Amino acid sequence: MQSNPPDPSLIRGLTQRRLGRRDALRMSGLSAFAMALAACGVKGTGSTAPSAPAPDAVAKYWAGKTSNGKVDFANWPLYMDPKQPELKKFTKATGVKVNYQEVIQEMGPWFAKVQPQLAAGQSIGYDLMVITNGIQFKQFVDSGFLAPLDHSKLPNYVANADKSYADTAYDKGNVYSVPWTSGITGIAYDPKKVTRPITKLADLWDPAFKGKVGMYSDTQELANFGLMALGIDPAKSTAEDWKKAATKLKEQKSAGMVRNYYDQSYVDALGKGEVWITQAWSGDIFQKNVSDGTDFKFVIPEEGGTIWTDNFAIPITAQNPLDAIKLIDFFYEVANAATLAEYINYVCPVPAAQEQIKQDAAKLSGADKTAMEAVASSPLVFPAQSDYAKLHYYVDFKTVAEQQEFQSIFEPIVLA
Amino acid sequence: MSRSRRVLAPYLLILPGGLWLLLFFVIPMVTMLSLSLQQGDVVSGYVFTGHWQTYVDAIGNYRTQLVRSLIYGAITTIILIVLAFPVAYWIAFYGGRRKPTYLFLLLLPFFVSFVLRTISWRYILTDEGMLLGPLKDAGLLPGSFNILGTPVAVIFGLVYNFLPFMVLPIYVALERIDPRVVEAARDLYADPPTAFRKVIFPLALPGVFAGVLMTFVPASSDYVNSAVLGSSSTTMIGQVIQSQYLTSSNYPTASALSFTLMAVLLVGVFAYARALGTEDVMKVAAR
Repeated sequence: MQSNPPDPSLIRGLTQRRLGRRDALRMSGLSAFAMALAACGVKGTGSTAPSAPAPDAVAKYWAGKTSNGKVDFANWPLYMDPKQPELKKFTKATGVKVNYQEVIQEMGPWFAKVQPQLAAGQSIGYDLMVITNGIQFKQFVDSGFLAPLDHSKLPNYVANADKSYADTAYDKGNVYSVPWTSGITGIAYDPKKVTRPITKLADLWDPAFKGKVGMYSDTQELANFGLMALGIDPAKSTAEDWKKAATKLKEQKSAGMVRNYYDQSYVDALGKGEVWITQAWSGDIFQKNVSDGTDFKFVIPEEGGTIWTDNFAIPITAQNPLDAIKLIDFFYEVANAATLAEYINYVCPVPAAQEQIKQDAAKLSGADKTAMEAVASSPLVFPAQSDYAKLHYYVDFKTVAEQQEFQSIFEPIVLA
Repeated sequence: MSRSRRVLAPYLLILPGGLWLLLFFVIPMVTMLSLSLQQGDVVSGYVFTGHWQTYVDAIGNYRTQLVRSLIYGAITTIILIVLAFPVAYWIAFYGGRRKPTYLFLLLLPFFVSFVLRTISWRYILTDEGMLLGPLKDAGLLPGSFNILGTPVAVIFGLVYNFLPFMVLPIYVALERIDPRVVEAARDLYADPPTAFRKVIFPLALPGVFAGVLMTFVPASSDYVNSAVLGSSSTTMIGQVIQSQYLTSSNYPTASALSFTLMAVLLVGVFAYARALGTEDVMKVAAR
């Protein structure tokens, strides 16, 4: 066949786009669409909020605030006697009504839930919340979502709080928060199913418990155990360490060890026999045993556990901040701190409460007395300096990028 | 005056629905598309940068869950057809004057929220619950046996929750078949299986098609069943999207995954309509 060179105009016609009026209209439509796309960005509140606010921030925030006789309080489950004796006492003493809701199960979902309202300057429906130090705590502070606390309104805190809490990395000087309690992440197990004593993190990788191990879905809690199992201190860990820890945790998962990754619902899973051995928060297991008559064990593994602090904080958009700060201070009265610790068995931020609990115990007799004395001497409620040696702190993120990298390394383990 | 009114009338009629669609469909879709192309973090805000890489990364990271969701959706749909067809057939042809009663019974579970019903299954199926507990005590099952947390539990939950959505459209299609058509088939010497194969089933096909649409799409993107009855090894794409939105506040990834899922489902549905031979089926289904 003879091949003629094709007509150049034909090629041009075939290859070039011809723009008609309709196309031009379409194009302008498209570019309008593109502009619309670009216009709907999501406003952040800027990481401009410094860790130390302007000196007059406290005065500015608290000026003109009045008491309204009520406070909406968001807390975690298993953090108070269900009969709420302290809150009743508070209402009786001050006339302020407390609406207590156990709505926080995990920090990630809590921050994601209230972030849009706070960013829009709207009330989240709560005047007081209890939030853990960690990624989201920093996000709350950096976004400027927390009201600076007026320490002159917290006389009991000033007088009774353990002074070491004012010197934490996450909120130096307790500018935005004061502790509710601290707690320890360790291992809980059901001795009926797990017949040998559990002592170390490696037990969570033991094939004998295949499919019966519970881990946390909170990436920090999960990562900490992977890191400590490798002998790495989370607070000093690097991105390299995170990858190693993720590999270790993936091994555990792909071997079919892990039944699921839980939020606070791990207690329920342990109770139902879905898991036999699980990551756990110290006081939860104590309360579960008291309220349901179970006999679960809690141990701090040889390699170490982590210690964290759950903190009172007032969202910047709170409707009743004055009532909220009154309630915070109420929990720093020695007697109230004591009864709370007696029930929840978490680390008490008021050292003088130990003496109070001993006195309370002296008034009792029999089993109640023994139980109360055990609380007063429990290392889980009043840890001694030597106990802290075994405890590690969370990873302290310097930058947002670092934190995002951490998330992207550990998130797929929980989700995959 | 009356003429201009007549010209305006159709537009006025479409106005409420159109506004509704614009407000609650078009605007959210555009917002979501925009979100999926933004970069940043939740504290300092997300800014539009046209970053398509998010799609590549999101699909790369969560391909397993996407594929798993489609597989679960497909298995669920097939089980549903097998379960629902006989039920619909029986009600349509043998239900007699009790048909409304049977249909009511079918819909009765809907009077309780489906999340609550799924949670109830959790209590029934749990490791030492009312089903497995006695079997384990009797030594029929090993102590570590479990249903919850497995794909079986998740697919079971999906089938349970979507069954009426398959039965009803098939029932409607079967109900509409003129009995005389079946009689005619018999008169022309078709034995019952042949009459079913050549007459009843083809006429019921639009119902099956509608049923597949109403179950496969929501089942594939469901996250409740997997969250309540499954474990981390049964994570479905809906859960990933939910957690990207509501745990990590990673809006771009969540939006990108939502769009990807939507695209995959749309392509799937159209391919399915093609394969079944046509828009015809669509038309009949919409009848």
